[in-house]
Amino acid sequence: MHSDEQKKVVEIRGLKKSFDENHVLRGVDLDLYKSENLVVLGKSGSGKSVLIKLMVGLLKQDEGEINILGRNTHKLPLKELNKLRLKIGFAFQASALYDSMTVRENLEFPLTRNVKNLTRKEINAKVEGLLDSVGLPKTINQMPSELSGGQKKRIGIARTLILEPEIMLYDEPTAGLDPTTCIDINNLINQVREEYNTSSIVITHDLTCAKVTGDRMAVLIEGQFESIGTFDEVFTNASDPKIKSFYDYNFIQ
Amino acid sequence: MSEITARNEPVISKKIDKFFIGLANAFKFVKRFFQEVWFPPYEFKEILRQCYEIGYRSLPLISLTGFIVGIVFTNQSRPSLAEFGAASWLPSLISIAIIRAMGPLVTALIAAGKVGSSIGAEIGSMKVTEQIDAMEVSAINPFKYLVVTRTIATTLMIPILVLYTDFVALMGSFINVNQNELVSLSTFFVQVFEAVSFLDVFSSLIKSLVFGFTIGIVGCYKGYNSSNGTEGVGKAANASVVMSMFLIFIEELLALQIVNAIRYA
Repeated sequence: MHSDEQKKVVEIRGLKKSFDENHVLRGVDLDLYKSENLVVLGKSGSGKSVLIKLMVGLLKQDEGEINILGRNTHKLPLKELNKLRLKIGFAFQASALYDSMTVRENLEFPLTRNVKNLTRKEINAKVEGLLDSVGLPKTINQMPSELSGGQKKRIGIARTLILEPEIMLYDEPTAGLDPTTCIDINNLINQVREEYNTSSIVITHDLTCAKVTGDRMAVLIEGQFESIGTFDEVFTNASDPKIKSFYDYNFIQ
Repeated sequence: MSEITARNEPVISKKIDKFFIGLANAFKFVKRFFQEVWFPPYEFKEILRQCYEIGYRSLPLISLTGFIVGIVFTNQSRPSLAEFGAASWLPSLISIAIIRAMGPLVTALIAAGKVGSSIGAEIGSMKVTEQIDAMEVSAINPFKYLVVTRTIATTLMIPILVLYTDFVALMGSFINVNQNELVSLSTFFVQVFEAVSFLDVFSSLIKSLVFGFTIGIVGCYKGYNSSNGTEGVGKAANASVVMSMFLIFIEELLALQIVNAIRYA
């Protein structure tokens, strides 16, 4: 568990979000501490992705507060929100690589638009270094359509790392991948934390991914966190039938 | 950009509410374009790339269509003029028709089909695959990068394409006139320039700017607001073409009234 002295990088209180009559988040509280990997688990449609989209301002909450690195995202003007966004890396479920750009251009795009006065040599060094660290240096001139699902995920993560974020948000990083590639992605998530000293929220419904990458688990059921703690605290001898059924369902799957 | 959404209880009826909400959102979209177009970053590289895609890549289709329009229109007009012994007026008639109406209209309609649908589909697919969200979370303004650049490119390129279509259509017409009336190139173009006034060319270019803006902004709007996966992308592309063509015809009618008012004032 975390002592109060440990620095909170994300603090969410009473977060509510509805889409018409569908109440997706019903008062969510969550803390993310410096350098920890927090895994948010839940079934499809439980509001996991909505939670992280609210964090980066892609959606607006109905109620509640999100404080990231000491700043209340809801009250920030766009210019300030964009400054905060530079400190948050968001790895999308489907990678969201820009189709019309090569891998190199995909990585350069956020860099050249947000960091001024970089020389071509510095840009190249940064792009090539990142591609090396995700293990895909040879893809540099390829188009996204030429990459496999796992490669796209890695490039997507590399693209978010180019701005050296303090917080990483992973949206279903292992969804749609074969077991071997899942292991690679899980290792990459841990490697990112070690190399870049990031704090991360990993959204998943994959318990293996959760166990390998997470320091703490938070299980989102019907718009609220039913249980938050280490993997063993949450799942081993879970008495809550909803969590037990989620655990059983995952391993039967 | 925050969208205006429908209330749970409709004010008039769901369909009428939806229409007015759509209209309000479209106005907000256009307003945002005019707010953002003046301020940096100007994305010149992307504007140039779009100009190439929209302008240069449309040349083969525009050339073929313009040339055929010139030949067919000349051929079809000949019998009526010949009946009054006025076949020698063909270059004047054709040039006025092409420069005042046919050139801008044909170019704009073709561009609406080719360029409008491609913009709608491209931005629509970026929207549903979260590429637009990816720009936003990287602190990049997707509206500026995608909408402003494409709309500027169509606004600049359509008038140039119209001038080119006018020229190609007149060349098509000349070939037909040359074959039938044995008129030389210089005589043909002397008659053309005598018939066409500055107002004709100027109004045609202004109209083309408006057509170009319409094609760009409608394609971007439909793409930017697409949803429901790949089905939504197809719908966005289709709606871009239909809406652009509809607006182009309305604008053509309005332009006709305005230019006639100026001409006969």
